[in-house]
Amino acid sequence: MKFAGFLLLVCGGVISATAIAILAARPAMTGFLLAGIAVELVGLALVFRAHIPPKEAREDRG
Amino acid sequence: MTLAPVTVAVCAALILLIPFAFAGLALMNCGFGRSRSAAHALMAALTVAAVAAIAYVVCGFAWQGSAGRPAYALIVSGKPWNWIGAERFFLSGLDFDGSPAALAACFGVFAAALAACIPLGAGAERWRLAGSIASAAVLGGWTFPLFAHWVWGGGWLEQLGSNYGLGIGFADAGGAGAIQAVGGLTALSVAWILGPRRGKYSPDGMPAAIPGHNSAFVLCGCLLALTGWLGLNGAGAILFYDVAPARLGLIAINTFLVAGSALLVTALVTRARFSKPDASLSANGWVAGLVASSAGAPFLPPAAALIVGIVTGALVPVCIEWFELHLGIDDPGGAVSVHGVAGLWGLLAAGLFARFPSGRPDQVLAQLMGIAALLGFVLPLTYGANWILNRLVRYRVAPEGERQGLDLHELGANAYPEAAGYLDEMQR
Repeated sequence: MKFAGFLLLVCGGVISATAIAILAARPAMTGFLLAGIAVELVGLALVFRAHIPPKEAREDRG
Repeated sequence: MTLAPVTVAVCAALILLIPFAFAGLALMNCGFGRSRSAAHALMAALTVAAVAAIAYVVCGFAWQGSAGRPAYALIVSGKPWNWIGAERFFLSGLDFDGSPAALAACFGVFAAALAACIPLGAGAERWRLAGSIASAAVLGGWTFPLFAHWVWGGGWLEQLGSNYGLGIGFADAGGAGAIQAVGGLTALSVAWILGPRRGKYSPDGMPAAIPGHNSAFVLCGCLLALTGWLGLNGAGAILFYDVAPARLGLIAINTFLVAGSALLVTALVTRARFSKPDASLSANGWVAGLVASSAGAPFLPPAAALIVGIVTGALVPVCIEWFELHLGIDDPGGAVSVHGVAGLWGLLAAGLFARFPSGRPDQVLAQLMGIAALLGFVLPLTYGANWILNRLVRYRVAPEGERQGLDLHELGANAYPEAAGYLDEMQR
């Protein structure tokens, strides 16, 4: 899940940068830029989820 | 670009204020921790600042470069995407004659040191000195200069204005993105890698309150930080956005307005939640306001600065609680919320509210692209670097050291030898 999250983060960044580079029309550029950020947010949510300490670890450290 | 002698003098004086910012952060991180790790917190701040500055001088400035100087660029759809500087190592080839490049290098040394101090807040009380030094070397020598090149060194984010007509390009006068968000995202990576402190979470996942040992340090740190931020925002605006020194008054007013309104709103929010204003969270609100002001201080109308501060002040306590309660992130200094979240908000706010002299449209798109670059490229990069470093230099202190306190375990002496253990027992 962690790896998938980071992969989505990078993919979102690439989508956003590509939107700026190849789309001249502002609505399309804006749409794809926002879509890239949305992909990043999904990736970020996955990475956060993957890092929530499991119960056993909490007991070990608690 | 050449600067007038008066501008050079003003800019140099402002750069010399920047160390107050990391002095403030160091004092705050010390106060947020328990007394058994107080000396370690300050020692770590000094060492990481030194290491990051050295790494920046050795190779960081070579990657960062300066606008109009050698750099590597990719050509994408016929437009140059300048992605990394091509200066020489050890600042060779740079004449310290008051040129913008020389001043940018000086600014960068202190900015790298400041960025390296930020993750210490997230890793407090469990991050070994060796680990924090290794992390600071990568941050000062690679992560910070790379993003700083994109933003300030004539890089692709700066070129969004000239290449694609997106406002003036990515605007970040005082480093809300290049310094604060980069430091905040590194802090998040470090908090993930280290995991929470012993005793922070009960087996059912409820976080325990571990109060800091000295609120006076935290609040004094806020005042020092203000001085440093005036330097950051002023010098950055002059150096990277060609703002006239006559606008320093507006920069100072906006910086103070954002910080002050953020502090007041955080105090009100915590009073509503806990019936009394919380000093530590209010201090975090103040620094978050300073962070959020960094992106657009030279370009915000004062009324807009107030709005930016109000949103920051409401955002920070909610984020700190959310991260701790729901996401299991133990961040004793609130670095992720204060520097990461507030930095990203400040960048967005600059796109929404700032008024630039050129009056070009679509500034918000440039700001969104910068935010996307921070999340999509900088976060994976800094997490990956710290993950590898953790394999090479174990980050987390041994359980015994954590119980004993990092002062005794890593430095061999307590900060308060006459009261060793007593203060922490009193806090329980």
